[in-house]
Amino acid sequence: MTTALAPAPSKLAASRKRSSAEGRRLGSRRGNIVAGIAAWLIGILFVFPVFYMVLTSLHSEVNASTNPPSFFAPLTLDGYREFFGASSGASPWPPLINSAIASIVSTILVILLAIPAAYALSVRPIKKWTDVMFFFLSTKMLPAVAGLLPLYIFARYLGLLDNINYLFILYTAMNLPIAVWMMRSFLADIPVELFEAAALDGAGLIRTLRSVIVPIISPGIAATALICFIFAWNELLLANTLTSVVAGTAPVFLTSFVTSQGLFLAKVCAAATAVSLPVIIAGFAAQDKLVQGLSLGAVK
Amino acid sequence: MATATAPPQVSATTRPSKKDKEPKASFSDRWLNKGGWVRRVPLLPALVFTIILTQIPFLATLIISFMNWQASYPDEIAFGTLRNYVTVFTDAGLRSSVFFTVVLTVTVVLVSLALGLGISLLLNRSFFGRSIVRTMMITPFLIVPVAAALLWKHAIFNPVYGLLNGILNWLGGPQPDWITDFPRLAIEVQLIWYWTPFMTLILLAGLQSRPGDILEAAAVDGANSWQVFANITMPHMRRYLELGGLLGSIYVLQTFDTVFVMTAGSLGTANLPYTVYETLYSAQDYGLASAQGVVVVVFSIAIATFLLRTVSTLFAEETQ
Repeated sequence: MTTALAPAPSKLAASRKRSSAEGRRLGSRRGNIVAGIAAWLIGILFVFPVFYMVLTSLHSEVNASTNPPSFFAPLTLDGYREFFGASSGASPWPPLINSAIASIVSTILVILLAIPAAYALSVRPIKKWTDVMFFFLSTKMLPAVAGLLPLYIFARYLGLLDNINYLFILYTAMNLPIAVWMMRSFLADIPVELFEAAALDGAGLIRTLRSVIVPIISPGIAATALICFIFAWNELLLANTLTSVVAGTAPVFLTSFVTSQGLFLAKVCAAATAVSLPVIIAGFAAQDKLVQGLSLGAVK
Repeated sequence: MATATAPPQVSATTRPSKKDKEPKASFSDRWLNKGGWVRRVPLLPALVFTIILTQIPFLATLIISFMNWQASYPDEIAFGTLRNYVTVFTDAGLRSSVFFTVVLTVTVVLVSLALGLGISLLLNRSFFGRSIVRTMMITPFLIVPVAAALLWKHAIFNPVYGLLNGILNWLGGPQPDWITDFPRLAIEVQLIWYWTPFMTLILLAGLQSRPGDILEAAAVDGANSWQVFANITMPHMRRYLELGGLLGSIYVLQTFDTVFVMTAGSLGTANLPYTVYETLYSAQDYGLASAQGVVVVVFSIAIATFLLRTVSTLFAEETQ
């Protein structure tokens, strides 16, 4: 744009300009096709390991372990039967239920804490509200190992090791900064007149939250909840350190597949697929807001 | 940074300031300025919760890092030693883990950032099935990290029945044992596969937020696509590249799952988070584990300082 040519008034120049613009459009259409093919190839390359995981989970153990791989082997649910303990008797349900409890309860707590906090940071902002925002952000940058040891010792002396309640409280703290940032950006989009009207009608904080804010930002709440759910469901370091047999979560259960156990590839793939399924569903449901959550609300 | 930025807000929220003396003209001004404490109450639960569960444990880590505290020698617990820090920087194994942490973070972030930029530029064009490709690109990021690491370890890198050697077998190539022969590369490849979608998403959002009128003006003025890229896209994308790179660094620095699953820290792949876990869990040396944790935090602070600056620039633009 800074290289813009001075407007040439002559007919010749105008026609040349037009034709070059047409050429560019054509060129860019051709460019789009090339870009499209390249994008498809790269997309397939990136998704292929996932596709292969699902495919292998549906193969028999013998067909899963051939070299070269047998892509077109008959499909079976044996891998899933094995994962659900058909022959070993080890049921994955307790860890799956633990994961569900830790993720869902922590997500509910996060939302309940984040909405009022975001209200105090955007609708009727306290002084220095940006400092508070950046305090929340900075805690997200504190690595989990920074507090792991005291959390472990604390749990050991208070008998909270292997306790799912302890885990969901920690997951709440882990996800709260993301939720506060996302919620604030949703609340900031609500016109202030709505709050004035609610205040004029005599609505207090609770009433305003329930009748004005929550209905408007419910899509935002849903997206935030899905993202917090994903992070809690994925978490391994805290779960692996602080839980074992009783309160172990699904990722902890998955670590039992770390060492090879004979022909078990179909079972591993079935386990990986089954445990990832809630995240895949939540991720696709929150697709449009995923960036916002991952970038802690910095990108819309 | 957590501790550096903490004090101002804590005092800001606990000190009742009743000096709202600005002229209060409109209703909205008056309403917005009413009652300092009433306004802070909704914030307090979240703030107190966060401080208790993040700041206090970190302070405890800091204190314990100066203690001689090994679980198997409960009689020798003592405060006031720099032994743990000396160990972190002199022990060859630990030095290698500090080194690998840096190499891993830099490699994974730079490669996935470059790939993410290329892919997001492709995805920003219009072509058949664009939203399908976008969804395919996101999918790796939606696999539970432990599951993704298991998938790569067993289904892809396995020397006997892995996909990679299966394809090489077809082509008549060699059959290397990937994880044993190239342990660090295997971990890096797995993490790049996992993080490229993240970079792509952030950079794509950046590309789509380029001001349309300027792009149009450039097209009218006859700028070619390279000029648009160099003069409009890149300056605009700088901040998104920074954001992706810095956020990615913070996340990749904390990598634990992949190392735990793929190599269990063997073959020189123990990064700092894994080493902290091992020192705490297997060696039960609490003092040393804390000192290692503090070193990770120092690295994070270095990255976070830049990240906070980037985020606050984006944030200031948004709230203007």
